[in-house]
Amino acid sequence: MDYVIEMLNITKEFPGIIANDNITLQLKKGEIHALLGENGAGKSTLMSVLFGLYIPEKGLIKKEGQEVKINDPNAANALGIGMVHQHFKLVHNFTVLQNIILGVETTHNGLLRMDAARDKVVALSQRYGLSVDPDALIQDITVGMQQRVEILKMLYRDNEILIFDEPTAVLTPQEIEELMKIMRDLAAEGKSILFITHKLNEIKAVADRCTVLRKGRLVGTIDVATTAKEEMSEMMVGRKVDFAVEKADSIPTEPALEVRELTVGGRHNTKKSVKDVSFTVRKGEIVCIAGIDGNGQSELVYALTGLQPIEKGHIFINGKDVTNYSIRKRNAEGMSHIPEDRHKHGLVLDYSLEENLVLKCYYTPAFQKNGFLKFQKINEYADCLIGKYDIRSGQGAKTITRSMSGGNQQKAIVAREIDLDPEILIAVQPTRGLDVGAIEYIHKQLIAQRDEGKAVLLISLELEEVMNVSDRILVIYEGEIVGELDPKTATFQEIGLYMAGGKRDERSEAI
Amino acid sequence: MILLKKLLNIRGFNNATSSIVAIFAGLLFGFIILLVSNPPQAVEGFIIILKGGFSTGGKGMGQVMYFATPLILTGLSVGFAFKTGLFNIGASGQFIMGAFAAVYIGVKWTFIPAPFHWMVALLAAAVVGGLWALIPGLLKAYLNVHEVISTIMMNYIGMYFANFMVKATVYDSRKALSMNVAESAVLPKGGLDKIFYNPIGSSGAVDLSTVNSGFYVALIVAVVMFIVLNKTTFGYELKACGFNQNASKFAGINEKRSVVMSMVIAGALSGLGGGLLYLSGASGRHIKAVDVLAAEGFNGIPVALLGLSNPIGIIFSAIFISYITLGGNYLQTLDFVPEIIDIIIACIIYFSAFALLFRNILPRLLKWRTDAAEIKNEGEDE
Repeated sequence: MDYVIEMLNITKEFPGIIANDNITLQLKKGEIHALLGENGAGKSTLMSVLFGLYIPEKGLIKKEGQEVKINDPNAANALGIGMVHQHFKLVHNFTVLQNIILGVETTHNGLLRMDAARDKVVALSQRYGLSVDPDALIQDITVGMQQRVEILKMLYRDNEILIFDEPTAVLTPQEIEELMKIMRDLAAEGKSILFITHKLNEIKAVADRCTVLRKGRLVGTIDVATTAKEEMSEMMVGRKVDFAVEKADSIPTEPALEVRELTVGGRHNTKKSVKDVSFTVRKGEIVCIAGIDGNGQSELVYALTGLQPIEKGHIFINGKDVTNYSIRKRNAEGMSHIPEDRHKHGLVLDYSLEENLVLKCYYTPAFQKNGFLKFQKINEYADCLIGKYDIRSGQGAKTITRSMSGGNQQKAIVAREIDLDPEILIAVQPTRGLDVGAIEYIHKQLIAQRDEGKAVLLISLELEEVMNVSDRILVIYEGEIVGELDPKTATFQEIGLYMAGGKRDERSEAI
Repeated sequence: MILLKKLLNIRGFNNATSSIVAIFAGLLFGFIILLVSNPPQAVEGFIIILKGGFSTGGKGMGQVMYFATPLILTGLSVGFAFKTGLFNIGASGQFIMGAFAAVYIGVKWTFIPAPFHWMVALLAAAVVGGLWALIPGLLKAYLNVHEVISTIMMNYIGMYFANFMVKATVYDSRKALSMNVAESAVLPKGGLDKIFYNPIGSSGAVDLSTVNSGFYVALIVAVVMFIVLNKTTFGYELKACGFNQNASKFAGINEKRSVVMSMVIAGALSGLGGGLLYLSGASGRHIKAVDVLAAEGFNGIPVALLGLSNPIGIIFSAIFISYITLGGNYLQTLDFVPEIIDIIIACIIYFSAFALLFRNILPRLLKWRTDAAEIKNEGEDE
């Protein structure tokens, strides 16, 4: 069997952790090869090694049987290896065409010659069914189209090996289906695809084979068609995972969070980001706000938590008007917040894990006396949370948070916010970029909160999560709540329609 | 080698080593300049620099401590701001404003009873220095004006304003210096006069060093800053804001107030430094009221860098820089042009400030060396 790319016995160490321990991955020509693993399992590290971002300590990479050295992304490019990053690398005020040729511009006497490039791009997009307007500006096109631009970038550079790093995280269900079709077409044309994902359904849908990593080690490479989903997830996590989120019917009681006619201004005073939104979250229920990214969810959450000023409206916690409260006072009233961006808002990355775990309660008498921190108590509390929430890190409570894996950073935030024993927990995409094991865990925590009689407001872009976890769904579109649905009766298609603005309830006072 | 590796994993040791390596690099570079500028006397000159304050016995060491005192404070000022995410380039302005406040009170407010006069003067120095930094702090917090730009401008405003005020109120035009402060405003010797002096002849007369209890004040302030930064909720908040303002806001910390407080404290430290240097009697320093920014302010930057912004480290780095600077002064006994001396000393100081660089390079270099050795050993085994 001839492989187009072989990564043999790759070992990559970081201080205190072996990210890749003797991993072998072999990619056949024309196959879609999934790379599956928990957060911190070493998938990204392995792909970064292949893309030339890291140099491995041990092991070698072969292309078509020849050993190659990949010391930087340019070398990877020269070998025909291209990558679509999870966060696209596009210049927003450039056109599609300009973005595609960026770095490999065709010039004549130092002047740009776009004609040949344009012809090639048009030909490629027709051949692979990647319909985009070459003259549209990136900032004007949808996320799905931006992803197609990224794919075209790889094709334009005649890349044969295409790496997709969690490509579906930002897409709507319809867009995901299109992407799956594009990937199949590419493979049929002889391109080899490496596909990093957490989503077993997607692996089942497109991948031929799947390599599973766990804690930096290779678990095995399997044939997707003959392996059950449950088996794959067990390989990945090392134990059985419940897919269906088990939960009893909710028993909502009195309102915990009430929002009345909330309006938040836009960035350039042009369009309001949140328009006249009213809703209520009761104790003992999980209300989910579903919607495509960028429809005002972030602004709504910032307004609720006090990070951004509002234009008008009122916010009540347990019947108390907190509209003009500071962030700390809102927290004291029982508002907890798992933020969307864990690096920007969630953590002080240069602080140790224990310092981050007390970020919201360091000033309470439990952890300070006369302005002096009680380090002993902080350490004990951190160790307790680390044990309770299974937060893994290189040096325990003293680990600098920056060096922890994304999943464990998220676990630390979840631990901190839930342990504050909130009245209302606002969780914004709490499982973004996490693996099944961690997702299952966080979902269980959210439901446990609900069952304890707490109110949970979940903001999610993942429809599956929306359907599985919530008791009520509110769909947000362009800053307005356009519909309220019951997850028991609603279908994916129906929610998708609301999310895309194709349908709206008659001015529903979603209360 | 393994022991060395283990030691390098301890942060404090690693930090101290990198500072020491940086100093050696600085000295080496200084020696090269000595060689280039005056080859025959290079070695002799280098020895003079190394002997530093010791060149002139007990008094010399006292002078090292006297000139280290303001450097400790300005170093703390820059280092404290840096730990809380701010670049305080305005130590010079805060320093000279504090100095003026101290001298003015020292000269004019003679109605204050003796034991309190110098204390009030020092307090005023800190308050005025803090107020001088309040303006950039407010600009940064509420209008997002970068503190580097505003503090630099405040340096010049501070210098000219202090000169103007000195000339208008406490100027001795015969000596072209600020007047001597009242006896009661001079910092007490605190026993240091019993240690740092040179005897003159055998009559028992002594040539006293200028060093006074201001040095104690500097040490105490450094320890206090260490405690504030590392042990208190206040320091925890300020550092959190320095590392990540968004997350601090998210956690309910008033991040605007923290920025203002950091700047004010940094300014107060510099201002106090000014007070400590100038409240030192007739033999000590006086404000010259010339249009030059106070060097003590800018030297706070290399002091903080060499001390890796650690308050305790800053004590040692300030003493080192004061020591080397004095050593440079004694170079004048040889055939060195004064400008060259300044260049040599500046090179040593600024090279030493690369401590941070060494801290990052050193472990990697050693790891690489040991790894290479291991691979070689493995190869031999096979």
